[in-house]
Amino acid sequence: MSRRKFCAAMAAFCLTQVLPLPAMAQPGNRAPIRIGLTPVFLDDQTAFVNAWRTYLESRLKRPVVFVQRASYREIVDLMRNGKLDFAWLCGYPYVRNKQTMNLLAVPVYQGKPVYHSYLIVPASDRQTRSIADLRDKVFAFSDPDSNSGYLVPVYDLYRMQEKPSAFFSKTFFTWAHRKVVVAVADGLAQGGAVDGYVWDMLALQHPELTSQARIVEKSAEFGFPPFVAGKTVAPEDVSAMRKALLAMPQDEEGAKLLRQLQLDGFVTGDEHLFDSIARMMRAIMDK
Amino acid sequence: MFRDLSFRYKIPLRGSVLVVFTALVVTASLMFRAYDDLKRDVLLNSESMGRVLAHTLTPAILHDEVWSAYEIINSPFQASPKANVNQAEEILVLDARQQVYVSTHPKQYPMLSDPARASPVQARLQQAIADYRGSEPKAVELPGSGKFYMVTPIISDGVAVGTLVMGYSRSMFMPRFYDIARRAVVMTLLALAVLLPMNWYWAWRMAQPLIQLAECMGKVGPALPDAQECKMYESRDEIGQVGVAFKRMLNELKDKENLEKQMFFSERLAAVGRLAAGIAHEINNPLGGMLNTISTYKKHANADPQTAKTISLLERGLLQIKDTIAALLVEAKFQSHPLTVQDIEDTRTLVLPDFHKKPAELSWENDILEILPLPSTLVRQILINLLFNAVQAVEPQGHVRCHIYRDSRNLTLAVENDGKHIEAEQLGYLFEPFATGREGGHGLGLWVTYQIVQQLKGEIVAQSQPGETRFTVTLPLEEHAA
Repeated sequence: MSRRKFCAAMAAFCLTQVLPLPAMAQPGNRAPIRIGLTPVFLDDQTAFVNAWRTYLESRLKRPVVFVQRASYREIVDLMRNGKLDFAWLCGYPYVRNKQTMNLLAVPVYQGKPVYHSYLIVPASDRQTRSIADLRDKVFAFSDPDSNSGYLVPVYDLYRMQEKPSAFFSKTFFTWAHRKVVVAVADGLAQGGAVDGYVWDMLALQHPELTSQARIVEKSAEFGFPPFVAGKTVAPEDVSAMRKALLAMPQDEEGAKLLRQLQLDGFVTGDEHLFDSIARMMRAIMDK
Repeated sequence: MFRDLSFRYKIPLRGSVLVVFTALVVTASLMFRAYDDLKRDVLLNSESMGRVLAHTLTPAILHDEVWSAYEIINSPFQASPKANVNQAEEILVLDARQQVYVSTHPKQYPMLSDPARASPVQARLQQAIADYRGSEPKAVELPGSGKFYMVTPIISDGVAVGTLVMGYSRSMFMPRFYDIARRAVVMTLLALAVLLPMNWYWAWRMAQPLIQLAECMGKVGPALPDAQECKMYESRDEIGQVGVAFKRMLNELKDKENLEKQMFFSERLAAVGRLAAGIAHEINNPLGGMLNTISTYKKHANADPQTAKTISLLERGLLQIKDTIAALLVEAKFQSHPLTVQDIEDTRTLVLPDFHKKPAELSWENDILEILPLPSTLVRQILINLLFNAVQAVEPQGHVRCHIYRDSRNLTLAVENDGKHIEAEQLGYLFEPFATGREGGHGLGLWVTYQIVQQLKGEIVAQSQPGETRFTVTLPLEEHAA
């Protein structure tokens, strides 16, 4: 190799390393957006999560990373520490941690941004009419930070001047709404509290599972588990993300994903949607 | 029934029973072993499964993670129900107070319930668990329950925080056992398919000599079978020995039969001899009187020629009768000198003219060298009779052989000729008086010879077959030496 050729090669090498290439300017190489998910909703739906990630990447022009953790608490901790930009949380942890996160968007389910908590018992149990009938029974909660799977039944007991530890013979957490249904259907627990939206999804996809349990009570309406944004996240990222979510029903791909989630779409939402949850939380905490 | 069955069937039947019995025993023991192995497999498997589950369950129980414990005990079921045939049927986790902490069948064993109330089997099991103090997995079998249990204490820092109970159904590994059993049965049938025909063939080979022997023995009746008629198995084993013994017995029976025939023959001849002697005596007395009278008459009376001629005719006739009677009455009582070589040689000289006349050849072998204690006159008469008979029997240019020899006991005179042989049925009557088979001769020669031999306590044997007729006279020497 001649000296001239060598220098040319060196120069070319330096140029490619120093100068940004056109590809580098694309959003794909910017810092990824990190979104926290909990097993409360999207447990073991890896294929769906991948499709959604691809969809969001194409809309945001940025890489998207979904971070799945086993409980709300882990996601909330990551949010507080700024390790996550956004998260799909429950209303209860949202109102508890309002000082560290803002409301981003609320899913619309069956036309409204609300859902219910269901009290369920095994299908073989024909007597139970309310949670009051479950004294000294084994009860399954989903997550201690879940509104529908914990706060709602605990608040019901609170109104009866009861505490779960004394009222039930035993309680346990399954860390997922779906598993509450399994625990009740298998007869491991004689009662359980479950997210109404998750139950409805299961009733569609796994009727053989929900047929082994029975809904005893549907609670009042609560704000649907919202998408939240960290307070430190850049406003343009927040608005881009909100825009992407709100626009989902408008294109075919987004609509298809929403159909899979049985959701109608997203709305900006009002934090007052979650006032009833905050009231219950305060009542429990004051006690 | 079976006792009367032929060995042809008895031996193979017994062999078959043995083969089938052995096959059954071997198969049964193998199957028993397989069942044992399977069970041990299940036990070992469940033991290790118990250790793993107990280890995994420890933190869940310590942190009171009911759902996690439930998922742990259900995990073996979720993998694949068919992948592991050694699958537990039910799993229970008991807390330190022996209440149900969690179970794979929550409806049957609700949380916090006393499992002993679920069923009598469980009550017995719980008693066994309460009595168990070890820290290792332990198999508990409850007779009559059709189940066995693997009990594994869940230990944290040396303290039992609970107990893992895995219940197995015995019927669980039955399909696998049936599979093994089916293969064992097929192998057994294959082995039987080979062994049974082999057994029948060998048994048949073993029975065959016995059957031959039995058939031969069956032929032994009034008549004895010939050696040719009896095909015998030849070997040195026991059956071969029996065959040899049987043949020997057959020969001895034949000898005995011959002896009996001979005795019968001798007795008949003796009876005939007594009769002849009696008649001869009765005739001799009046005959002697008649001859005396004729003699006296001839001496004292001058008879006319006609009368003299008649008397002479009478006398000749009576003399002929006397000769005949004398011949019948063989008297050996008169004394004669011991037999010398010369006596024997004289006999030869005496008969030689007859040989020249025929003409016939005489081979003469005289091995006697010394004087023998036998009456010479009688021996010579025997020899002359036999030689005369022989020379008459041969065709012209025929050949007669005479061999005289002795051993320590006997003198033997053997005369043989190559003339026309004597028929078998004729041989039986050969030594009776007037039993001549040819023209000429009064038919008393052999009778006389026989009588003399009898008197000398000897033996005469006639053998005849085409081309050779032999008379052998054996005379004991001691009798006379004594």
